[in-house]
Amino acid sequence: MLRVETTQAPVEFSPELVKQFDDIVSRYPAGKQKSALLPILHLVQAEFGWLSSAAMDKVAEYLKLQDIEVYEVATFYSMYFMRPQGKYVLEVCRTGPCCLVGAEKIMDHIEQKLGVKEGEVTADGLFSWRGVECLAACGYGPVLQIGPEYTFYENLTNSSVDQLIADLKVKSNN
Amino acid sequence: MARKLLLEHINVPGINTFDVYRSKGGYASVEKALKTMSPDAVVEEVKKSGLRGRGGAGFPTGMKWSFLAKPEGVARYLVCNADESEPGTFKDRYLMTYIPHLLIEGMIVSSFALGAKVSYIYVRGEMMPQIRILEKAIAEAKAKGFLGKNILGSGYDLELYVQPGGGAYICGEETALLESLEGKRGNPRIKPPFPAIAGLYGCPTVVNNVESIAAVVPIINEGGEEYAKVGIGRSTGTKLISAGGNVKNPGVYEIDLGLPVEEFLYSDEYCGGIANGKRLKAVVAGGSSVPILPANLFLKTINNEPRLMSYESLADGGFVSGTMMGSGGFIAFDEDQCIVRNTWNFTRFYHHESCGQCSPCREGTGWMEKVLHRLEHGHGRLSDMDLLVDVSKKIEGNTICPLGDAAAWPVASAIRHFRDEFEWHVTNPSEAVARNYGIAHYADPLVKPEAVA
Repeated sequence: MLRVETTQAPVEFSPELVKQFDDIVSRYPAGKQKSALLPILHLVQAEFGWLSSAAMDKVAEYLKLQDIEVYEVATFYSMYFMRPQGKYVLEVCRTGPCCLVGAEKIMDHIEQKLGVKEGEVTADGLFSWRGVECLAACGYGPVLQIGPEYTFYENLTNSSVDQLIADLKVKSNN
Repeated sequence: MARKLLLEHINVPGINTFDVYRSKGGYASVEKALKTMSPDAVVEEVKKSGLRGRGGAGFPTGMKWSFLAKPEGVARYLVCNADESEPGTFKDRYLMTYIPHLLIEGMIVSSFALGAKVSYIYVRGEMMPQIRILEKAIAEAKAKGFLGKNILGSGYDLELYVQPGGGAYICGEETALLESLEGKRGNPRIKPPFPAIAGLYGCPTVVNNVESIAAVVPIINEGGEEYAKVGIGRSTGTKLISAGGNVKNPGVYEIDLGLPVEEFLYSDEYCGGIANGKRLKAVVAGGSSVPILPANLFLKTINNEPRLMSYESLADGGFVSGTMMGSGGFIAFDEDQCIVRNTWNFTRFYHHESCGQCSPCREGTGWMEKVLHRLEHGHGRLSDMDLLVDVSKKIEGNTICPLGDAAAWPVASAIRHFRDEFEWHVTNPSEAVARNYGIAHYADPLVKPEAVA
């Protein structure tokens, strides 16, 4: 079940981040700053990797909302992580059209290659993976995406997945 | 080869930039509308065009616009629905990636027609690259005076913003999208009031699909009557079809409505037939929510007439022997695909995406998923098919939004047309786990199926 977790690490929003928040809030009419909640949660997740209750409380404070208003939104939408993830989260589309072209085999391969089950994090903290619902790329399947910029990888094969994982390992060392 | 109204310049290098797009006649409709037309005249052209909403429902766009309430002193909004999530559909992603200015241009003209001073494009959060593309396109258009204050000296002001979603299929439903845009959970609202009366922030609002808004550009450039000459009957204009599954050439195609399905499926100009030389078993013609059809019923209607890619022809035969145009998410299944497994997969999707407000949908989708799971994995019972139909009937029509119907139809239609395959899963459980049922009689000459109530 979904539950809200917290972190012992201090949560501070940098002035640059708050400036981005301000910019988002300016898109809506006065008093409708709650509209900024989803985009701001994306920014916070990009910064910290997931949404701890401490981080969500700070968002609530910034937007002048009740804490629960942030929790109920964060737990409703599938893109927000309620617990720590690997540095790179491989999200593979598992819906019908991608399965017609082999998405299930790709997920099996990723599980075997990373040695962790869906939702778990590798020992080095680098990777986790999960199946997600339709990513609207059905003509290019199987596909996976990696946040926070949601870079897209199409027409996956076992070897292209191996290459991607190897590339990400190199990237994380630089 | 038919003329393209939306994707004519899609292969021009740099068409994603303002300057190249402009050099190909881009933003002409903004100049025409803002300098020579009244907002009502723009609405009138869209009405004349017969354009029907391209997101799935097929409701006439001009009529939707004319419902918009215009009380004095109250803001009005146009919100573009770019929450493309219907399994099988990827046309909006394509359009936004490769020709983003077409959407921006359509948004400016449509906002002008509706009297909106601020408009939003709600893009599903997973399309972060497309969000960046649109933000860049908006900045370019603004720098050239096509957005902001006093556009082209017309006195019309418009600000355009991109809003990311958070990952929820339900936010493609227009009232759930508005809730989400207000920073809430994506729970659909009870209608009435419709968004045209009380939408975003309680103000009159129109929500249109990406492709519908893009289609406003050729409608204004060429006139509604010219646009209506393309297509067939009440299916006017062109439609983007996302072809996926086991076709040889998957991708996005712009077709004149009324193209024979056989030509679309087998011609090299479009899908090029089934990949790897296999045979066609079944087709989902308009996104996962529409009824699945076996190959024979898809290619020809029950009266043995060739089926066409149009709203009317695809719906010919109702739910007994027809399907729907939907969002144009075209999924072909080859002979090696298992209908039971796919139906389970789709139902898992709807269970996952149900917002949970209405009990029939929240509980019913999960129940159907469990029953389909046991059928697929060799633990089914012969009574399960009737149980599934029963559950689906109790979801259908009993929910606030159409997600319940969308979850019920694929299950009911799969059992209607492929009941023998479901029964085979029960009577041959170990075999069903090891191999698939195959193509059976679906490619045979048409047999008249019994009418299903």
